[in-house]
Amino acid sequence: MATAVVTTERKNYLNAEYGIRSWLLTTDHKRIALLYLLSITFFFFIGGFFALLIRLELLTPAGDLLTADTYNKAFTMHGQIMVFFFLIPSIPAVLGNFLIPMMIGAKDLAFPRINLLSWYIYIVAGILYLHCLVSGGVDTGWTFYTPYSSLFSNTHVVEAGLAIFIVGFSSILTGLNFVVTIHRMRAPGLTWSRLPLFVWSHYATSIIMLLGTPVIAITLVLVVLERTLNLGIFDASRGGDPVLFQHLFWFYSHPAVYIMILPSMAVMSEIIPCFSRKRVFGYTFVAMSSIAIAAIGFLVWAHHMFVAGISLYSALVFSFLSFLVAVPSAVKVFNWTATMYKGSVSFSTPMLYAMGFIGLFTIGGLTGLFLATLGVDVHLHDTYFVIAHFHYVMVGGAVMGYLGGMHFWWPKISGRMYPEGWGRLAALIVFIGFNLTFFPQFLVGYLGMPRRYWQYPPEYQVYNVLSTAGASILAVGYLLPMVYLLWSLRYGKPAPDNPWQATGLEWRTASPPPTFNFDETPEVTWEAYEYETMPLPDEVTLER
Amino acid sequence: MSDRAGIGETPLAVEHEERPELRHHFADVEQQRNAATLGMWWFLGTEIMFFGGMFCAYLVYRRWYFPEFAASSRSLDLIVGTLNTAVLICSSLTVAMSVRAAQLGKRKLQVQLLLATIFFGLVFLGVKAYEWDNKYKEHHIPTFSFNAQDLIKDNQKLFGLDKLQNDPAKLQEREAEIQRRSQIFFSLYFALTGMHAIHMVIGVGIFAVITWMAHKGRFTPEYHTPLEIAGLYWHFVDIVWIYLFPLLYLIDRRPGA
Ligand SMILES: [Cu+2]
Repeated sequence: MATAVVTTERKNYLNAEYGIRSWLLTTDHKRIALLYLLSITFFFFIGGFFALLIRLELLTPAGDLLTADTYNKAFTMHGQIMVFFFLIPSIPAVLGNFLIPMMIGAKDLAFPRINLLSWYIYIVAGILYLHCLVSGGVDTGWTFYTPYSSLFSNTHVVEAGLAIFIVGFSSILTGLNFVVTIHRMRAPGLTWSRLPLFVWSHYATSIIMLLGTPVIAITLVLVVLERTLNLGIFDASRGGDPVLFQHLFWFYSHPAVYIMILPSMAVMSEIIPCFSRKRVFGYTFVAMSSIAIAAIGFLVWAHHMFVAGISLYSALVFSFLSFLVAVPSAVKVFNWTATMYKGSVSFSTPMLYAMGFIGLFTIGGLTGLFLATLGVDVHLHDTYFVIAHFHYVMVGGAVMGYLGGMHFWWPKISGRMYPEGWGRLAALIVFIGFNLTFFPQFLVGYLGMPRRYWQYPPEYQVYNVLSTAGASILAVGYLLPMVYLLWSLRYGKPAPDNPWQATGLEWRTASPPPTFNFDETPEVTWEAYEYETMPLPDEVTLER
Repeated sequence: MSDRAGIGETPLAVEHEERPELRHHFADVEQQRNAATLGMWWFLGTEIMFFGGMFCAYLVYRRWYFPEFAASSRSLDLIVGTLNTAVLICSSLTVAMSVRAAQLGKRKLQVQLLLATIFFGLVFLGVKAYEWDNKYKEHHIPTFSFNAQDLIKDNQKLFGLDKLQNDPAKLQEREAEIQRRSQIFFSLYFALTGMHAIHMVIGVGIFAVITWMAHKGRFTPEYHTPLEIAGLYWHFVDIVWIYLFPLLYLIDRRPGA
């Protein structure tokens, strides 16, 4: 019997070839996506380990678990690993890589070998960073601020800087591949106004990757040259300007926030219409808001520098522009909400993550406006309020979107259904754990606890205990999907081609898809999200 | 933002057999060529941003420390720099001509022109190395015992030192300031020309491969995309130098200023 099953199994990208070589030399965008999935999961746990050290240290007011120097390294490497080795590649390199060619009806990305190259660049950078980590690490904060990083730090700044310089090229090449693919590889009939919003959002993300990443690359090169060859560009003792470093650094690193959040918004725009059984509200506005975020996002960087001695007039302009960039984000939130309004909403796992995303991203975004307000920022700058704000955006936003997307497309990626009950439980645990971890940080930051200190006055302890308790719940919420998704690979129900009755092209091919995605190049004659013509999925019908 | 037009007009299977350079995931050669060209243009966009960070720093400091920048700029060898610019422009010309030779299907001419390009590229790098060596001998590298005494001696008026002759304390202070600030110019000079030289080295490597491909007869009048996009890269590196040359060599060379 068993052999009969094997022989009748459809050929797909997973069983097309076997062996380690077929993976390490693959140019199939779906396999490269899985290579990325494994690598970023690895780095997520290393970054998580440092988060654990930070939260344990902060459990008590005294600096007892780590020395001050080790604590500096812990938060530095937590930040650098999570930002550069997990969040930035997360959704684009895994879900974007896997889905964009399928969503536009192409056989692969435009440059499959460059796609593989980008993964190898990521791995080289990752190994270099790990080497830096085991040989003593780096303590500059993830921001590499000069003159500390260029003149004073005795840690491995050069190695860390080079690792992040190199990993930047993996992100540039991914962005390049996406832009060209979206321009040139669309199936016949798939006009720009019929593109799924996932693709629009990734298009905007790719533009930021292409135009922002080279700036941080050259900035890190200048810091490295300053340490190794004694150049003086950021050295105040020779007339150089350390604040120039901050300008160049944030010119990339503020848009980098949109590299993390736009792909998450991309996922939202697919999940929400599907589980509301409704066409997305205001398609054009959602699509254009992605472009607007990418464009305005490049013009707000100095809101990180209001207390760094920039002129009052430029601070006013940057404050205004930072308020302006909130508008397209709000357009998206309102449109998703309007999509759900009077829709047939079902609370499946991806939808739970999506709803969590809307709530948490809204809090993260609105607290960003507090920080963009000049007077308020003087009080809140470099406190835990900032930490809470950007974790609401990057973890509550980006990671929730990543997990929601992983569940939504898991049947397509693996060909198996994940256990729905466990999925919902994990989503709930993540939501509770997340809020318990980071909401107290808003309060303690408002009360004045500064970031990056390893000991603090005892009156702040209750907030830190709550936060550490929340972090341990959050950890359970992250480990659970690891366990049941792996379990489902073997024991999960085989997935139908379109388990959610979703509209995208990726659902019109097999689960898992064949190596070249479609047996025949599809011809698109419909608009995205025509949910009124789709039947309800089985699970959804059962529930009501 | 063009849509794919004309797909389905040629039977794909036939074209895939006839055109060995066509990769499996493209519908036709036209689409493949468009993708490669667009990819290179976007890559050049990232390169502009890469150099843009340094140009931005240059603009800021040039505005702050104009006398030091002008004096340091005068210490660069104008004749050698001009000759090198001419060499680089020649190399771009030979690249453009080699693309034309490929369009006309003249294989031998193509290879000769590409070899000339590589030759000009190497001459440029050699001259650049000679200039750097001169800077080393003049103690103008921020790393090795930097010394701005020669700049101070030659540019008394530009620095306003002639007005400080009877105030030794202020004179000494100003001279120390010049010693510090002129290092900023040379930091940028070496960062910018160094990055440009790295791009040249990569370009020479790329053109070595392209020359070999041309020698093997890989390029036909219908298909020479690799040559075209490598040419785009070469022209870009050339244009960066066209900006660097006036910014670094020609800040203010008016005699007696
Ligand atoms: Cu920002």
